[in-house]
Amino acid sequence: MRTAFINQLVEEARKDEKVFLIVGDLGFSVVEPFANAFPERFLNAGVAEQNMTGIAAGLAMEGYTVFTYSIANFPTLRCIEQIRYDICYHNLNVKIVSVGGGYAYASLGASHHATEEIGMLRTIPNLIVSAPGDPIEAKAITRLLVKDKRPSYIRLGKAGEPIVHSGINNFTIGDGLCLHKGDQTAILTTGAMLKYASDFIQNNKLNFGLYSFPFIKPMDAIMLKQISQSYQKIITLEEHQRSAGFGSAVLECLHDLIEQKKINSIPYVKRIAIPDKFISVAGSQDHLRNLSGLILNTHN
Amino acid sequence: MSISSIAFSNEIRKAVLKMVFEANASHIGGALSMTDLLAVLYSEILNINPKNPLDESRDRFLLSKGHACTGLYAALALKGFFDLKELDSYSKNGSMLLSHTNHKAPGVELSTGSLGHALPVACGIALAAKRKNKAFKTYCLLSDGELDEGSNWEAILFAPQHRLNNLIAIVDYNKIQSFGLVKEVLDLDPLNRKFESFNWNVIEIDGHNHDQIFEAFGKAKANLIKPSVIIAHTVKGKGVDFMENKLLWHYKSPSLEQYRQALEQLNSQ
Ligand SMILES: [Mg+2]
Repeated sequence: MRTAFINQLVEEARKDEKVFLIVGDLGFSVVEPFANAFPERFLNAGVAEQNMTGIAAGLAMEGYTVFTYSIANFPTLRCIEQIRYDICYHNLNVKIVSVGGGYAYASLGASHHATEEIGMLRTIPNLIVSAPGDPIEAKAITRLLVKDKRPSYIRLGKAGEPIVHSGINNFTIGDGLCLHKGDQTAILTTGAMLKYASDFIQNNKLNFGLYSFPFIKPMDAIMLKQISQSYQKIITLEEHQRSAGFGSAVLECLHDLIEQKKINSIPYVKRIAIPDKFISVAGSQDHLRNLSGLILNTHN
Repeated sequence: MSISSIAFSNEIRKAVLKMVFEANASHIGGALSMTDLLAVLYSEILNINPKNPLDESRDRFLLSKGHACTGLYAALALKGFFDLKELDSYSKNGSMLLSHTNHKAPGVELSTGSLGHALPVACGIALAAKRKNKAFKTYCLLSDGELDEGSNWEAILFAPQHRLNNLIAIVDYNKIQSFGLVKEVLDLDPLNRKFESFNWNVIEIDGHNHDQIFEAFGKAKANLIKPSVIIAHTVKGKGVDFMENKLLWHYKSPSLEQYRQALEQLNSQ
């Protein structure tokens, strides 16, 4: 995903001379194509994320479209007040990019597990919160956000995620994506869990619907309404704490739809998320997902 | 309006006193300590146009110690950025004049209030000016207490690395912070040597002497290599004798009697 992101960013920067990239002393063997092509619009701010984020705000005030880039919790939690106050209160054109969402940096330990930031960030006014599910989504979101002036967050996986979509059309900010429809059960994913859900349905030859929600905020309420009217059961799947994450956002949105009398009832919703815990042993991303119970069963 | 910086500072002080008194607000001590700095900046130094507050070529001024906003609001209103009558709404229901600096007020570049935020943003603005070859300067006024914030030291490390000679920081060094003397909470001394060792151009002055303040900005602008910091030694509550050097006036609002007394003192200055 990060390769798809940086390639798209380079392409956008060729067309738009306002695009600026700041990294927090990370991005080795990833961001060099941008740094080499646009040295006047590249900055390594050092290992100093609060300053990096304040600088991004200042550059955006002067007309740049600024991307901040670092890994795991560093560009988000480490500087969340700068995100809230400097960027979002002033509604500045800054895009925060974090590589290594969820357990992507599994063995690097809890410091590098980005498993709470969606919940924290989606409460901040003016901020768009996204988590693309595959490189196709990452590329499309990058293209959309360069053209949008609002502050936003993009949770990327790492390198080498497989492509799930064959292509996406008429995609705009806030859109959910239907991969295929099904019979009684729909699986809704955000971020890099998409591939796992897709494989699960195929391998078990299930007639489940599959939907990717690359935007947690704004949430695609129209698609959720259609889903709630077409399925008896919804399973949400995310690489994030159970509290305040994607599944919670889905429940909130469904409840709002009831309150607004746009739907009459809510289907059974099963949320699969991290059960309020840290992982303190080494292991692959799949191993950690299993330890946290991020598992689909045919009897879910 | 064309008034000398000393007369201007007296107008600011009186407006600050009135705002704080009428709103029963806090933070008058820190507003009065930086008033002379603001008065020189807004009457002699900053290239700004009240009729076009967002003019691209303007100098940028960021007040990092947002709790001292009354001083900035008064300076902006006196310069004509908005109606002087607007100051009467300070801190009242629906007012754009919040009791921490708010960018919804014309002439305010950045909302502040949480400490340690403005210097990084000022670095971003100064960097943008360099990358775009713009001649304007970026000024950032900080409190001494807020130098406790690590984010400031990230920015202090950053600015010389990127040769931000168009950035001028000012420290309102009044020696008192929220809950004690700076010396007793987290001592900053020797502050000049700290900045020098971080490769800043350091200018140290009496922050109430207008000639020294004016001269300091000239020296800062003339340095073409390094970012500059003006360490301004000031007195918290300056101008009202019973408020001077008192921690209490970080919090307290004057009573009617104190208001009259303070006003009398300012009127006779
Ligand atoms: Mg102080």
